[in-house]
Amino acid sequence: MFEVILFASIKVLVVVAAVLTGCAYSTLLERRVVGRMQHRIGPNTAGPFGLLTPLADGLKLIFKEEIKPANIEPITYMLAPMISFVPAILTFAVIPFGKDNTFFGQDFTLVLSDLNIGVLFVFAVTSLGIYGIVLAGWSSGSKYSMMGAVRSAAQMISYEVGYGLSIVGVIIIANTLSLRELVEAQMGPLWGTITFLPNWFVFSQPLGFILFLTCAIAETNRAPFDMAEAESELVAGYHTEYSSMKFSMFFIAEYANMIAVSAVGATLFFGGWHGPFLDSMPMLSVVYFVLKVFMFMFFYIWLRATFPRFRYDQLMAFGWKVLLPVALLNTLITAFFVIL
Amino acid sequence: MSNTSKTVTLNMGPQHPSTHGVLRVILELDGETVVKAEPVLGYLHTGIEKTMESKLYYKVLPCTDRMDYLAPMSNNLGFCLAVEKLMEIDIPDKVQWVRVCLAELTRINSHLVWLGTHALDLGAMSMLLYTFRDRESIMDMYEAVGGQRMMTTYIRIGGLAMDIPKDFEKDIRNVIKVINNGLNDYETLLTNNEIFINRTKGVGVLTADEAINLSLSGPMLRGSGIKHDLRKANPYSSYEKFDFEVPVGENGDAYDRYLIRVEEIRQSIRIMEQTLDGMPEGPYRAHVPGIVMPPKEDVLYKMESMIFHFKLITEGFKAPVGSVYQGIESGKGEMGFFISGDGTNKPHRVRVRPPSFINLAALPKMCEGNMFSDVVCAIGSIDIVLGEVDR
Repeated sequence: MFEVILFASIKVLVVVAAVLTGCAYSTLLERRVVGRMQHRIGPNTAGPFGLLTPLADGLKLIFKEEIKPANIEPITYMLAPMISFVPAILTFAVIPFGKDNTFFGQDFTLVLSDLNIGVLFVFAVTSLGIYGIVLAGWSSGSKYSMMGAVRSAAQMISYEVGYGLSIVGVIIIANTLSLRELVEAQMGPLWGTITFLPNWFVFSQPLGFILFLTCAIAETNRAPFDMAEAESELVAGYHTEYSSMKFSMFFIAEYANMIAVSAVGATLFFGGWHGPFLDSMPMLSVVYFVLKVFMFMFFYIWLRATFPRFRYDQLMAFGWKVLLPVALLNTLITAFFVIL
Repeated sequence: MSNTSKTVTLNMGPQHPSTHGVLRVILELDGETVVKAEPVLGYLHTGIEKTMESKLYYKVLPCTDRMDYLAPMSNNLGFCLAVEKLMEIDIPDKVQWVRVCLAELTRINSHLVWLGTHALDLGAMSMLLYTFRDRESIMDMYEAVGGQRMMTTYIRIGGLAMDIPKDFEKDIRNVIKVINNGLNDYETLLTNNEIFINRTKGVGVLTADEAINLSLSGPMLRGSGIKHDLRKANPYSSYEKFDFEVPVGENGDAYDRYLIRVEEIRQSIRIMEQTLDGMPEGPYRAHVPGIVMPPKEDVLYKMESMIFHFKLITEGFKAPVGSVYQGIESGKGEMGFFISGDGTNKPHRVRVRPPSFINLAALPKMCEGNMFSDVVCAIGSIDIVLGEVDR
C-alpha cells in the first residue's frame, strides 16, 4: 500500500514539475520563435541561448511589488488567479504520457489516473478555467477587465459546443472515453491496410481535427481568438489590474492550458505516445509525446505571429454559424460510416 | 460600478496601447456598440507654432521636423516652399528633383509606419516588425543625405542642407528594391487575408459628401472616392513633370484606405525612379545672396559668401510684409503652411494646417454605431501622428 502511494506521489510531483517547467519554457519558446519570425533575435542574454530567461522572469515577478486597485473585491480578486491556474494543471491527471512498462519490478503506467471517462474529465476541467477569468474581470473593478471577462465567457460558451462535438467522431470510431484506450485504438497501420501511414485519427477524422484545432485555440484564448486580452483594444483584458505573482499565475495558466490542449490534441488525433522502435525502448514513447505536443505549441505560436485578431461579433458568428454546423455534419457522417 | 443608465462611459487613453500616442477618446458604449465617441486632444501640446514665431526663418525648420516626426522631409518641404513663395526665390532643377525624390521616400516612410501600427492594432503583430525592418533602409538613406535619421532638416530654404552623396542613385535604387520586396510580404499577409478583410471592410465608412464636408485630405479623402491630390491639382516643386497615378477607393472604408496607401507606395516608387533617371546637374542651392545661405565651401574661400553667411546666421533675412499659404500633399493629407511676414526677420504668424488634426475630426462619424474593436481600426486607418495633431 505504502509503495503505491509513494509511486503515485512521485508521479504526481514529476508531472506537475514537468508541466510547470514546460510552461516556463513555452514562454521562452514563444518569444524566441516569434522573434525569429519577426526578424528579431528574442531573449538570448540570460544563460546560453537565453535558457535561464524563464527563471529570471519568475524571480522578477515574485519580487515585484503587488499593486491592487482600490475598488476591487478582495477575496475574489485573490482567488481568481488560482481558479484559473488549478484546472489548467488538473487536465494532466488523465493524459497518458507514454507506454506502460515495468520499473523496479513494479508495473508502471505513465498516466496519473486512467479514468474510464477521461475525455469527459478533460473537457469538464478545461471549461472550469473560465471561472477564473470571469471572476478576475468582475472583481478588478475596471471596465476593461470586465469587457475582457464578458467576451471570454461568451466566447467560451460558443466554442465549448463545437469543441465537444469535434471529438465525437473520434469517440464514435474508438468506442471509448478513456484516453488510454483511445491511444491504443490508434495502433497499427491505417485502417489495418495502408501500411505506410499510422492509424492516427487525424487521417480518418481530418475535418474533426481541423474543428478541434480551431476550437482549441479559441478555448485557450490564443491569437487570433484572443478576444479576452486583445491588448490593442482592452489594454490587457481580464488581467489588466493584476500584477506580480498573481499576474504570472494567469500567465502560467494560459500556457498550461495551451500545453494541456496540445496534449489532448496529440492524444486524440496523433496517436499519443506512438512512434517507431517502442518495443526495444519503451521510454522513447515519452519523447514522441513531448515532440507531438511541441508541434502543436509551435503551431500556436506560428498562428500568433501571422494572423490579425478576429472581431468579437465575427468570432461568435464563426463559432455558431460555421463551426457548430460543420461539427454536427462531421458527427453525422462518422456515425453513418461506423454503422455501415 | 452601479449604473442605472443603459450605456457605459469608457475612457480610452491618453495611455492606451492603440491610440497612437496620447490621443484620448471618451466612448459611450452600449454593450460593445459605440454610441458616442469624442476625441480629446491637447496631451502633446508643445506650442510649436508659437515657438516658430520667435525664431529666424531658417531656424524654424527644425521645428517642422518635430511635428509629423514620421515625415520630416515633407514638413521641411512645405515650410521651405512657403518661405520661398514669400521671398520669391527660384529653385534650381536639381534641388526640385532631389526634393521630390526625398518627399516620396518620406511618404513611403510614413505609410510603412502606418501599415505596421495599423496591422498591430488589428492584432497582426509581425507586420510592425516587417515594416520597421524595411523602414530601416529609408532611415539609412536619411542618414546618408542629412546625417540624421529622424529629424533630418535636410531640405532648407532655397535648396538643400548639403549636396547629395556620391552614391545617392545607387542607394535609392537599393531602397526601392527593399521596399518592393517588403510590399510583396505585406500584401501576402494582409490583402487577401480573410480576417483582415473582415476587420477592415465596412469599418469606419465615410461617404464622399461626408469626407468633403469634414474637409478631409489625403488617403482619407481618396478612400471615399474623391480624386484629389495636391500633387496633381496644384503641383508644387515640379510634380507636374512626373508621371504617376492617384489611386482612388470606392467604399470609403478602412480596407479601401489600406489598398490606397499600398498603391501609393508603388506610385511613390515610380516617381522616385523617374527622378533618378532624369536627375539634372546643377547647384544644390539657389544663388540668392542675402537670403539663401551660401554653400559651405564658398564660405571658406570667398569673402562675400562669408559676409552673407555671417549676416544670415546672426540676423537672418527680412521678409516682406504679406502672407502666403503653401499646401503640399504629405503622406497623411494636405500639409499646409500659412506664413505672414511683417518686414522683420521673424515670421509674424505661422499657422500649420495639419492633416492628422483635421482628419481626426472624422473619428466620431467613423465609430458611432460600430463595435468597440472598430474604434481601434478607425483610429488606425486615419493615420494620425499626435505630434502633428497637437503641435
